[in-house]
Amino acid sequence: MRGLSPDIKSRILNVFKFLVVLFIASLYIFPFAIVVINSFKKTGEVILNPLTLPKEFRISNYQEAAQRMRYFRSFFNTFVITLFSISAIVIFSSMTAYIFARKKWPINKIFFGIMVASMIIPFQAIMIPLVKIYGSMNMLNNMWTLIYMYLGFGTAFAVFLYHGFIKSIPFELEEAALVDGASIFQTFWRIVFPLLKPVTITLIILDALWIWNDFLLPSLILISAEKRTLQLSTFYFYGTFTSNYGLAMAALMLTIFPIIVVSLFMQKYIIAGIIKGAIK
Amino acid sequence: MNRCFSKFKVFTLFAGISTVAFLTVVILPFIYGIYLTFTNWDGIHSRYEFIGFLNYLKLVKDQVFKSSFLLTLKYAFFTVIFTNLIAFFLAYLLTSGIRGQNIFRTIFFTPNLIGGIILGFIWQFIFHNALPYLGQQLRIGIFSESWLATPEKAFWALVIVTVWQYSGYMMMIYIAGLVGIPQDLIESATIDGAGKFTLLTKVILPLMVPSFTVCLFLSLQRSFMVYDLNLALTKGGPFKSTELVAMHIYNEAFLSQNYGIGQAKAFILFITVAIITLVQVYLSKKAEVEL
Repeated sequence: MRGLSPDIKSRILNVFKFLVVLFIASLYIFPFAIVVINSFKKTGEVILNPLTLPKEFRISNYQEAAQRMRYFRSFFNTFVITLFSISAIVIFSSMTAYIFARKKWPINKIFFGIMVASMIIPFQAIMIPLVKIYGSMNMLNNMWTLIYMYLGFGTAFAVFLYHGFIKSIPFELEEAALVDGASIFQTFWRIVFPLLKPVTITLIILDALWIWNDFLLPSLILISAEKRTLQLSTFYFYGTFTSNYGLAMAALMLTIFPIIVVSLFMQKYIIAGIIKGAIK
Repeated sequence: MNRCFSKFKVFTLFAGISTVAFLTVVILPFIYGIYLTFTNWDGIHSRYEFIGFLNYLKLVKDQVFKSSFLLTLKYAFFTVIFTNLIAFFLAYLLTSGIRGQNIFRTIFFTPNLIGGIILGFIWQFIFHNALPYLGQQLRIGIFSESWLATPEKAFWALVIVTVWQYSGYMMMIYIAGLVGIPQDLIESATIDGAGKFTLLTKVILPLMVPSFTVCLFLSLQRSFMVYDLNLALTKGGPFKSTELVAMHIYNEAFLSQNYGIGQAKAFILFITVAIITLVQVYLSKKAEVEL
């Protein structure tokens, strides 16, 4: 190495780094690759050798898995739950954060304090009484109860995120609008809310990943089969068809595929969202 | 009076729905949950009695809970360390200007887009079928039998999958931290004769403390609450040997119908998570100031 110029040295080093990363990346991809190749096989073929490419691509695995796990129904359920939950969180949390940030009322300070502190409570400390309370009111097995709960669980973090951002917006803009006779409601929606767009995007990304992929809460709330979300129906399907490997792998692919496709388009926002959400 | 009323109106209009949802979904159940820990509710009968600290006394003697709790501490320890080491290592490599940086970042992050249930099932297949096949064909002893069949290996399987999942997430936060280090600081240190290693330990690492604070907090909190992955990968088995505390609480309450004890255990979990994360944040913040 000694005789080489620093430039060549650093190039060699970079090639070495590249190979190290490539090796680790292939380890990371390996599980996904295994699922993909086996999702097209007959069960017998999977057992014989789970590491080779399929002899023939059995698309019928996908058709059968989709039918048995009620794929489209669950997809629709998950979509509706995620969409409504996120809309409610965005709308109500941004308004709440606005009033918390702009009005120095004692009640605002108290609620904001409780919300920030509550973020440390693990879900396990709430789930048992939650099921008891809402069960005793006959509100379980209802999609709207679930959406309401996502609003409740999502509020603290969302208010916290919006609050920090609103504080950094100068008040002059709103003042001008208020002087011109706009109500505080109009001022918020016409002037402040559009300025919150970066936070809103961050929040939508983080909450979409959370709600779309959530398992425990929906498993406690949604009981009947036709109400299941994708995570739930994949869980029950896999439990029933564990030994039917081809079908089971196809079911996993059906759940993974839409997320990967959407995330490829949203990649830039997702990464920015994770970082902003984490640094808070 | 009128002013007060208009304040109330504005508050209700803006904060009404979310505060009600927050109170009825988070705070009310939390407080009611503390009350439940002092009762012997079984989940079926609507009548139950106040039994004082009996649940907590039972809990102290509960060997299964104890081992599940210790297992969770062990799991948290190893996953937090390995996740952050690997995440930082990847972030360091992926900010050094190698080819295809962005594609690699996406690859490492991908597991975080997918739910724990799905990831657990994928790895169940890997540990149960793919690796044993590989092990038998290539005669690699360690893989020749399913890792999920023995307690010790099943535990490490759980750790491996968790690290695989979260390292990409933490990597993104470390990358943001590394990219945020002012270039002139690095340049002036290099001019002053700092080698790569000195640069890393004396300049980069101290400036990265805020990122470590965030990543340690996130990985700690998650490791205490993991449930989906545990359920899908090992289901707590073999013989309950990999039942982490979140799953233990779920089973105690919803399968064994001991809601009072289950809730008492959940409350212990809350106290533990609160203490550990607060101490961690306090220590990290102190380090931020000192460095």
